Amino acid sequence: MASTNSSLRWKHLHKVLTKPGPFSDQDWVPGLETISALETSKILVIGAGGLGCEILKNLALSGFKDIHVIDMDTIDISNLNRQFLFRQSDIGKPKAEVAAAFVERRVKGVRITPYVGKIQDKDEDYYMQFKIVVCGLDSIEARRWINATLIGMVDPSNPESLKPLIDGGTEGFKGQARVILPTLSSCIECQLDMHAPRPAVPLCTIATIPRQPQHCIEWAHQIAWQEKRKDDPFDSDDLDHIGWVYNEALVRSKQFHIHGVTFQMTQGVVKNIIPAIASTNAVIAAATTSEALKIATSCNPYLDNYMMYAGEEGVYTYTFEAEKKPDCPVCGNLARSMTVDPDMTLQEYIDALGDRPEAQLKKPSMRTEGKTLYQRFPPQLEEQTRANLNRKLRDLVENGQEIAVSDPAYTIDFRYRLLFK
Amino acid sequence: MADAFPSALTGPSSKERKYDRQLRLWAASGQQALEESRVLLVNSDGPWSSQSAGVSGVVGVETLKNLVLPGIGGFTIVDPAIVTEADLGVNFFLEEQSLGKPRAAETCRLLQELNPDVEGSFQSKSITELMRQDPGFLAQHRLVLVSGPMKRPSLDALCKAASELNIPVLYTRSVGFYSTFSLQLPSLFPIVETHPDPETTQDLRLLNPWPELAEAASRIGDLEVLDDHQHGHVPYLLLLLHYLGKWKDAHNGNFPSNYKEKSEFREMVRSSARTSNPEGGEENYDEAVAAVLKSLNPFSLRSSTREIFEMEECKNPQADSADFWIIASAVQEFFQQHNVLPLPGSLPDMKAQSADYVSLQNIYKSKARKDVEEVTNLVRRIESQLGPRPGEILDKDIEIFCKNAAHIKVIRGRNIPEIDGEAQTLKAICNNISIPDSLVPVFVAFQVLDNVVTGLQEGKLSSGSIDDEVVWDTEIDRVLFALTSDDQSAVDQDARELILEATQELRRTEGGELHNISSLTGGLVAQEALKVITRQYVPLDDTCVFDGVRSRSEMYTL
Repeated sequence: MASTNSSLRWKHLHKVLTKPGPFSDQDWVPGLETISALETSKILVIGAGGLGCEILKNLALSGFKDIHVIDMDTIDISNLNRQFLFRQSDIGKPKAEVAAAFVERRVKGVRITPYVGKIQDKDEDYYMQFKIVVCGLDSIEARRWINATLIGMVDPSNPESLKPLIDGGTEGFKGQARVILPTLSSCIECQLDMHAPRPAVPLCTIATIPRQPQHCIEWAHQIAWQEKRKDDPFDSDDLDHIGWVYNEALVRSKQFHIHGVTFQMTQGVVKNIIPAIASTNAVIAAATTSEALKIATSCNPYLDNYMMYAGEEGVYTYTFEAEKKPDCPVCGNLARSMTVDPDMTLQEYIDALGDRPEAQLKKPSMRTEGKTLYQRFPPQLEEQTRANLNRKLRDLVENGQEIAVSDPAYTIDFRYRLLFK
Repeated sequence: MADAFPSALTGPSSKERKYDRQLRLWAASGQQALEESRVLLVNSDGPWSSQSAGVSGVVGVETLKNLVLPGIGGFTIVDPAIVTEADLGVNFFLEEQSLGKPRAAETCRLLQELNPDVEGSFQSKSITELMRQDPGFLAQHRLVLVSGPMKRPSLDALCKAASELNIPVLYTRSVGFYSTFSLQLPSLFPIVETHPDPETTQDLRLLNPWPELAEAASRIGDLEVLDDHQHGHVPYLLLLLHYLGKWKDAHNGNFPSNYKEKSEFREMVRSSARTSNPEGGEENYDEAVAAVLKSLNPFSLRSSTREIFEMEECKNPQADSADFWIIASAVQEFFQQHNVLPLPGSLPDMKAQSADYVSLQNIYKSKARKDVEEVTNLVRRIESQLGPRPGEILDKDIEIFCKNAAHIKVIRGRNIPEIDGEAQTLKAICNNISIPDSLVPVFVAFQVLDNVVTGLQEGKLSSGSIDDEVVWDTEIDRVLFALTSDDQSAVDQDARELILEATQELRRTEGGELHNISSLTGGLVAQEALKVITRQYVPLDDTCVFDGVRSRSEMYTL
């Protein structure tokens, strides 16, 4: 009886798993085995926010039965305009747990295991248990970490060690979905410069010559807080703190006759808020889970390998194959060339690494094959190498020399070949 | 200064906090439009046959989810279906206890849970019956969503009734890995706030500065006497105006007009930067050099704006014209007098001392304000000439129009495309069907499905026809015949193959929906609904096809 119900319930899905289509692979064998392969595929969802809620729902209604989800965040009121598994009464509770329980309750027969914490808490053994990893994150840093981890896990003698990574991301009416086969196709790191961070406002503008309301807010946030409330750790989720910054920014803006500082803008600048709506999340999340279904069952060819979407003017998508880069610091085997001004100091070079789209490393340490240029940790080594910070690059490295850069946010070294301008 | 500074700390209300992430996209005005709108979802039109429950309506429900969350005023679900076992495998807004109950009631209840600010209601009847019983029913709604395939007579009657009331319709279909939807807008659909990319909207008037701006440029005088600090902080706009003056003196009063001259001019600016300072260069000069090619273009009216100015509605507005046309008419008159549009008045950030930047910004702002005043006077004159209207056009609306004047848009609404509909649809299909990677064959396959469903619902086809090879072949032939009735070569052999393949993929699920594809489509459709309701951004004109096999989409005007 149960199986009859089950086949009635899943009849639309089962039709594409039990019948070939004009585009499914010639060698593909549809049928019960395909269904059972899908139902036993353990799949990991990273993020239970705007994309994550949608991804969990979609996977449950795509026939996946064993789903795991990781998220470290708790539910905030500003999530409710799109994270549809959460209600007013859930505010303050962990996203992963509430989302998992909701989907389990709604879709009979699916098991969703939540983990409240960071992806960095887990080791390779943990990630090895999954067949596919789907990411719905708003942090580039977390994406780069999981990307490097999955690439590091690939053992050519063990096909099971290759975990397809499906990544989604949105901003306002725009978004992208991409499929990454670790070591085989273009990875997050290969594509890093396609997602350049907004350039930071120079500190001297903020400190001495503000022109925009945002400059006044940055001043209140970065400088005034340090001066007046140094012992009070700033919390961007505390509305009183935001209110304080807003008032300070307002005072400064009046001094300089700059218009336009608002509470909403203050919050946006301080928290680096990215606009987000339910509809864009729905598009991108479903694009990722559709690929997960195709990869898990072979019922149709999967995305190779990038789809971008923009909804401001009609419906625009662009699907293409992003290139795998031989000098990718994560999946390539060559050092990446980087043109630098030999007269810049090591400190200036370190600052530039934070902003350069192809690097985006905030706390780098670095060495050449022979010597350590700068090392943040342990303190003794930091002290020994600190003097290098004021030296020019030309006095520390040769033109064309390779350096290895490490950053506490990532488990791997980044190799750059420095070419003098 | 007219703008007052806000005085005290005014934190956000709980509603502003809840909607914060979307208010950054469409502001309070868009949110208000959303909250004042009620949407109708026609989520099925009864069973297809004794063996088939009909449309599952997942796209419809997923679309509503994406409208309920951001706070649409209300929604009505019209759906005569009863919840079946198969519904539970595709529709997230149903639960175990929903089995056997009316689908309209169940989906309405579970969607309403998403947002207590939204009012939901339902009708477990067919739309045809409902419209017959209550002639005022449709008019309560600002937008109609229809989940297809729906039998032709029902669809045509609904679209016609909506069109007479100027209510936009979105007609969607999602089957297997494919989906398509079309938007039927009123015959003219104007948009003021199109939100173009800020990079493309800069209007700095460097080649035709108004007196106050020219005066500001002449005040910098001799750059050579400035110390390094001052020299490195002259706003790049003024630098460009300064060097343009020099260029004109040396070139018979002409501006650099072609690429070669602009490159020469750029070199002139570049070589004037001081490099003997500790930084070895000057940021303001770098900014000036970077701006030469994109900012030194004479003002020209975009062709889309010119077309609007030439429309009868703009040339001869009537007392019952929408505000848009009266303001457009005034702006057109402004353009005739000045050969430019009202100045938007915004200034990009640039390296400068605070006070210098603010005073330059004020020159732009006050010019923009003057232009708005002039347009307002024109609007008032037109209003008085036209005689009594429902109310005076708001100053705020005139101001927003002036700010966006260069990027206004008018979409000419079209009917939901059908192969045996208008001649222009047939022509557009034939024109696009043979383009490499065209998704028009998928659209044609959906037309075939529509015909099969119409045949089933009208009892002309037997109940098993949805998976009957002969029935499909006959319908494919019929559609191909219609496409090639005027021109035998309109659909070549390759295109026929593609249509056949697309119908095979559609037949794989026998008309059934896959949740992923329907959820994705519900996202796309909701996006269009939001743009239509808020009248911000630019909606689809008029058909989108999504191919989930190849993970791509295309837009067509059919």
